[in-house]
Amino acid sequence: MDWFFIISSGVKIAVITFGIILPLVALSSLAERKVSAFIQDRIGPNRVGIPMTLLGAKKDIPFFGLVQPLADGLKFILKEDFTPKHVRKFYFWLAPALVLVPALLTVGVIPFGSTMQLFGKQIPLVIADLNIGPLFVFAISSLGVYGIVLAGWASNSKYPFLGGVRSSSQMISYEIALGLSVIPVLMIFGELNLGSIVQFQDKNGWLLLPLWGDGLSLQRWLLLVPLVISFIVFTVSIFAETNRMPFDLPECETELVAGYHTEYSSMKFALFFLGEYAAMIVGSGLIVTLFLGGWSIPFGDKIGLGYEAAQNTWWVGLLHLGCFLTKVVAFIFFFMWVRWTLPRFRFDQLMRLGWVFFFEIALFNVFLTALILMFVK
Amino acid sequence: MSYVVERPKLTLSERLYFPSILKGLSITFGHLFRFVTGKGKVTMSYPEEKWDDSLPAHYRGAPTLVTDEQERERCVACQLCEFICPPRAITITPEEIPSDNKFAKVEKRPKAFEIDMIRCIYCGMCEEVCPEQAIYLRKDYANTGTTRAEMVHDKKRLYELGGVREGLVNKWNPLK
Repeated sequence: MDWFFIISSGVKIAVITFGIILPLVALSSLAERKVSAFIQDRIGPNRVGIPMTLLGAKKDIPFFGLVQPLADGLKFILKEDFTPKHVRKFYFWLAPALVLVPALLTVGVIPFGSTMQLFGKQIPLVIADLNIGPLFVFAISSLGVYGIVLAGWASNSKYPFLGGVRSSSQMISYEIALGLSVIPVLMIFGELNLGSIVQFQDKNGWLLLPLWGDGLSLQRWLLLVPLVISFIVFTVSIFAETNRMPFDLPECETELVAGYHTEYSSMKFALFFLGEYAAMIVGSGLIVTLFLGGWSIPFGDKIGLGYEAAQNTWWVGLLHLGCFLTKVVAFIFFFMWVRWTLPRFRFDQLMRLGWVFFFEIALFNVFLTALILMFVK
Repeated sequence: MSYVVERPKLTLSERLYFPSILKGLSITFGHLFRFVTGKGKVTMSYPEEKWDDSLPAHYRGAPTLVTDEQERERCVACQLCEFICPPRAITITPEEIPSDNKFAKVEKRPKAFEIDMIRCIYCGMCEEVCPEQAIYLRKDYANTGTTRAEMVHDKKRLYELGGVREGLVNKWNPLK
C-alpha cells in the first residue's frame, strides 16, 4: 500500500464518478427524452442552450438542447424540498441515499479500460481490482432494494407502500435468475476477476463473438447456445433489477401515481432518479463486460490494439476506454429503445416469467454448459 | 343471454413472445430512423417556422375594422355586432357625424369601438351580421399582451389592423 496507489485510486474514483458516471447519467436523462421523442416522431427538448440573451447578445445558442440536463439539475435544486407531516422522517431522508449509494459503489469493480502507462507505471482503469467482481456487484446492487422499500414504507401512504412491496418481491425473484444465468459464464472463465475476464475475451474472442484466438474452437461455438440463453436471461433480469420498462411496476404511473417516490420532491427525488440511471449504466457495463468483451476492441489482438501486459501504451488504454464507453452507450440506447417499445407487464405475468420460466431455464442452462465443457474439448 | 368471447388462438411465434418483441423493436426503430434521416418530421418549431402562408382564406383570426376607398370608416355604429356577440366582447359608443364633415350624410359613426380580445371567441358572427361590411376577421392569431388593458383593442388599433378594404364582398358566395 504505497502512496502512489492511494493517490491514483483517489484520482480514479474522482474521474470515474464525476467525469464518467454522473455526466453519463445527465446525458442519458436527456437521451431518454430525445429517443422517446424520435420514436414517437416528435422533436424532443431542443431549446435549452447557452443563454446569450442574458449576456446582452441578440440570439441564444440552442446547441441541440444539450444543456437541458443542467437546467433540470438547477430546477431540482431550486424546488422546495417538501417533507410531508405524516412520514417517518429518519427513514424518509435515508431512503434516497440508500438507492444512490449502492448503484455508485458497484461502479468500483467495473473495468473501464485496460491499463494506462503513466509515470512509468501501469495503472489499471478500474477502481478496485477485486477477485470477486460479479459477486460484489450482485451483493451491493441488491442492497438498492432497501432504499426503495424504505422509501415506500417511510412515506406512510398507500401508493408508495405498494410500490415498495412490489419492488422487493420483483428484486428477490429476479435476483435468482440473475445469479443463475451468470454461472455458465463464470464456469467458462473459471474466475471472478472482471479485469481478467475481459483480458481473456480480448485474447480469445468475446463470449458472444468468438471469432479470433481460441474462440474458433468447436467448444466455444457449441457454448454459444447456452451463452445466448444466458445473455437473454441476464439482460432481462437486469431490466427487472433496475426497474426499467417493461418491469417498472414499482413506479407504474397508471396504477401507483409514481410508486415509491410519490411523496418525494426536489433533490431527494433527483437522488432516486440518479440512482436509477446509475444502476442502469452499471447494469449495461456488467453485461458488456461479461458477454461483449468489455473494453476489448474486436480483433484488437490481431491488429495490434489488444492488451499487452506490462507494456500497454497510454493511447491504447484510452482507445480501450473509448471502446467500453461506446458499448455501454449502445446498451443504454437499447434500454431506452425497449422502454419506448414494450408495454408494462401485469404483476402476475412478471412473477410467472421470473419463477416459472427464467429460474428453470437458467438452472437447465448451467447443466447444459457443464455438459458441453465436459464432453467437447 | 350470455355469450362467450373466444380467446384468439396464438401462433407459436406469438406464444414465444420474443419474435413479437423483435417485431415491435423493429417498428420503433423504423420510426426513429425515419425521424433522424429527416423523413418522419411533422412538427413545426413554432416561432421559427410559422404556418402563415398556408392559412386558408376563410381563417378566423382577430376581428378588425376597415375603411373604404375614400378613407371613410365603413362602420355606421348600428351596434348589431355588439348585440350578436356571444361573449359580449364588443362595446360601441356611437356618435353623430358633424354636418361640416364630408361624410355627413352617413349620419352616424362609432366614437369608441372596443373589442376585448380576452373575451373574443373568434366565432365570426360580427362579420356575418355587419350590414356595412365594416368588420372582418383577419389572419392575426398571436394576440398577446401583458395586461388586461393591453388586450382590449380600441378603435385606433382595430383600423390599424384592418386597413383599407376596396369594393364589397358578396358574403353569401361560398368562395367569398
